[in-house]
Amino acid sequence: MLTRRSALLGLTTAVTLGRVSLAVAAAATEQRLVVVLLRGALDGMAAVVPYGDPALGELRGALLPPAAGQPNGLLDLGGFYGLHPELTGLHAMYRANELLPVHAVAGPYRVRSHFEGQDYLESGTDHRLTSGWLNRAVQALPGTTAARAKDAALSIGVEVPLLLRGAARVGSWAPPGRVTVPPALYTQIAKLTRTDPVIGPAVREGLQGRGFSSAIMAGDADPGRDRYAFPALAKAAGELLHAADGPRVAALELVGWDTHVAQTPRLTYVLRQLDAGLVALKAALGPAWQRTAVMVMTEFGRTARINGTMGTDHGTASVALVLGGAVAGGRVLADWPGLGAGKLFEDRDLAPTTDLRAVVKGVLAQHLGLAEASLRQVFPGSGGVTGIPGLIRA
Amino acid sequence: MDRSSAQALIRFGLGPRGGEPAPADPTAWLLAQLHASDRPAIAPFPSTARGLTTLRADRENKPPPGKSASRALFRSEAQAELAHALTTRAPFRERLVWFWTNHFTVSVRAGAVAPLAAAFVEEAIRPHVTGRFQDMLLAVMHHPAMLLYLNNAGSVGPDSPAGKRGHRGLNENLARECMELHTLSPAAGYTQADVTAFAAVLTGWSIDLRADPPGFRFRPFAHEPGSQIVMGRHFPPGEAGGIEALEFLANHPATHRFLAAKLACHFVADSPPPDAVRRIEAVLRETRGDLGAASAALVHLDAAWPPGTKLRTPQDLVVATLRLLDLPEDHRPNLLGTLGGLGQPFFAAPQPNGWPDHAADWAGPEAMLRRIDWAYAVSGRAPQTDPHAMADAALGPLLRPATAMAMHRAGSRREALALLFASPEFQRR
Repeated sequence: MLTRRSALLGLTTAVTLGRVSLAVAAAATEQRLVVVLLRGALDGMAAVVPYGDPALGELRGALLPPAAGQPNGLLDLGGFYGLHPELTGLHAMYRANELLPVHAVAGPYRVRSHFEGQDYLESGTDHRLTSGWLNRAVQALPGTTAARAKDAALSIGVEVPLLLRGAARVGSWAPPGRVTVPPALYTQIAKLTRTDPVIGPAVREGLQGRGFSSAIMAGDADPGRDRYAFPALAKAAGELLHAADGPRVAALELVGWDTHVAQTPRLTYVLRQLDAGLVALKAALGPAWQRTAVMVMTEFGRTARINGTMGTDHGTASVALVLGGAVAGGRVLADWPGLGAGKLFEDRDLAPTTDLRAVVKGVLAQHLGLAEASLRQVFPGSGGVTGIPGLIRA
Repeated sequence: MDRSSAQALIRFGLGPRGGEPAPADPTAWLLAQLHASDRPAIAPFPSTARGLTTLRADRENKPPPGKSASRALFRSEAQAELAHALTTRAPFRERLVWFWTNHFTVSVRAGAVAPLAAAFVEEAIRPHVTGRFQDMLLAVMHHPAMLLYLNNAGSVGPDSPAGKRGHRGLNENLARECMELHTLSPAAGYTQADVTAFAAVLTGWSIDLRADPPGFRFRPFAHEPGSQIVMGRHFPPGEAGGIEALEFLANHPATHRFLAAKLACHFVADSPPPDAVRRIEAVLRETRGDLGAASAALVHLDAAWPPGTKLRTPQDLVVATLRLLDLPEDHRPNLLGTLGGLGQPFFAAPQPNGWPDHAADWAGPEAMLRRIDWAYAVSGRAPQTDPHAMADAALGPLLRPATAMAMHRAGSRREALALLFASPEFQRR
């Protein structure tokens, strides 16, 4: 039987299988929060195209989709920006006032290394920490006692991303394999590994997580070959978050954004996965979608100009997407820096005008009720960065 | 088997092989491997020419997904590389091959890499694991697998004849990752201008797929004219300028520091003591990057000998288990499928920084349960094994009494073996 206690014992799970992974954490809230990390640097200007900027054509000509209204053309977002033609599910959410793209966004990091960039994005600082900002946010939720936070973590996938590592415990769900191990053997192995500081907790939380998730996922038909694809894991995340006793926080990852070469076909594939996954997440959440905020973010953007191989190199500002039934969407938020002469950052990248931490702080404060003092612990050294108001419906 | 013999086999090697005696003098056994060369028994032997010919044929024939000759060649060569790891008598040397292959990651997530992956190991990595770092770097940067993986093959100098015709220009991916991941690391403090200049230096480093045999080709037509300044140093145009720049990067003090830290992390502990790192760094500096000398210095580090400080990666674990079980070839599990299921698909690291080397990156709850599930599954393949003899061969004095006791109480040989393979002392190295 699934009890509240067993749910709280699950709570942070992750699997990295192929190109995607998912981790979830329980938390003392009825609100749902999902973070999607796009590893490899999404080209923000390709996902949300600033077609109204007169300098865009010269920088991007060959990479631009047809104009809005034409076959396979941009999906218009109110006259200046357009969504990539693959993002039809997101466009429907925009029209339902559930999607809020935030453009020209970057964290505090400026060096253009993926690996440092991802570490700092997940740490929530300009240096690497051993815990992630999302784990710290779970611990800081109002009503979370120390004891409860310690028990607060189920994970979906094999690895737990840095984003969710930290003091809130990490447990697991992954699509089932084929071996059936005798339960008594699991128990013996749990005992045998108990004293190992790394293996012991992982085995214990893994077993709790599996028991918890299999109870929720029991009715699910085997999704077959595509069970590790992003839409399948996004659907699983939605089902786990939807459950009354389920986790409240999930992190998903999708790689494949590092489009140095042949950007158009490569982006088409990953954007389609992203769009289908977010649609599946919404469907699986059911009524809980109204209490959900999703943040989609990447470590940095890409060069404003096409490079020598019909792609783009590492850049600075990109786009972040905030979506969900709880989000005050239907508009694009940006202090648009422009693309003309002298406007690019270091004469190559979209200039950052909004700090990504201001977006996340706004969502954490308005959606989860985190106080300013807590936000400063979630993002150390961010005292000068204020949360953006009005991201969540009043 | 005493503790140091066990440690030599487990930490530096790939785990003891069933039926082979433990080394009497562990240090001498390890050092001897640094002076012997090896060549895996793979027939036909992997070659870049065959890989590129296969790739060319696939591009002409356009087979359906999953049916390409490139994938078939990859599967057979990858199986052969893993089979070599299961049987080699120079497992320290093989671990070094894996270490450097991961340092210079190429991944079959970029499709063109598949028919070249084994050739990359055999041509660019294995011949240099006890040679000079500079020679390995030059071999890697000339190798078509790397030029394709990090997109340099099509990078064109904007002011070169090809660039002036329009259409194409710089792609800085390889230049950036070479500085960040292969040599200096960001701690060296290079700038975007350095990356751009180095990318210009590397323009023209490309592949001729139509030649017979196909292979590396420097294309002067695509090379950016004029000299370039990288980290304050001038490098002349031409392929020679690129070689000079790579030699400069290979022997830079920041590179020695970065490589020393990575080696110590692999052979000492996730967070190695600073004096161990400094010792390896000094050897690299004094010998201008002699990797054989650095490997010997690792063997002589006292800090590398306390057991169990490292968590085995899935690949380490699978290879150690199967070396120990020494199953007949037709009785082994599917190695590529196994590694994929445990979260470390062979030659398919998600990103150019390769597989991580810290316990925290491999100790997710689901990851640990999959190891247990696999331990139980593979134990079913060895029904005649004496689990206690196997435990002694696997760990010698490192076997904990609690594990021995649990194995004694197990209801079946299969469960006893699964307990051994799932025990913390076997999961670690």
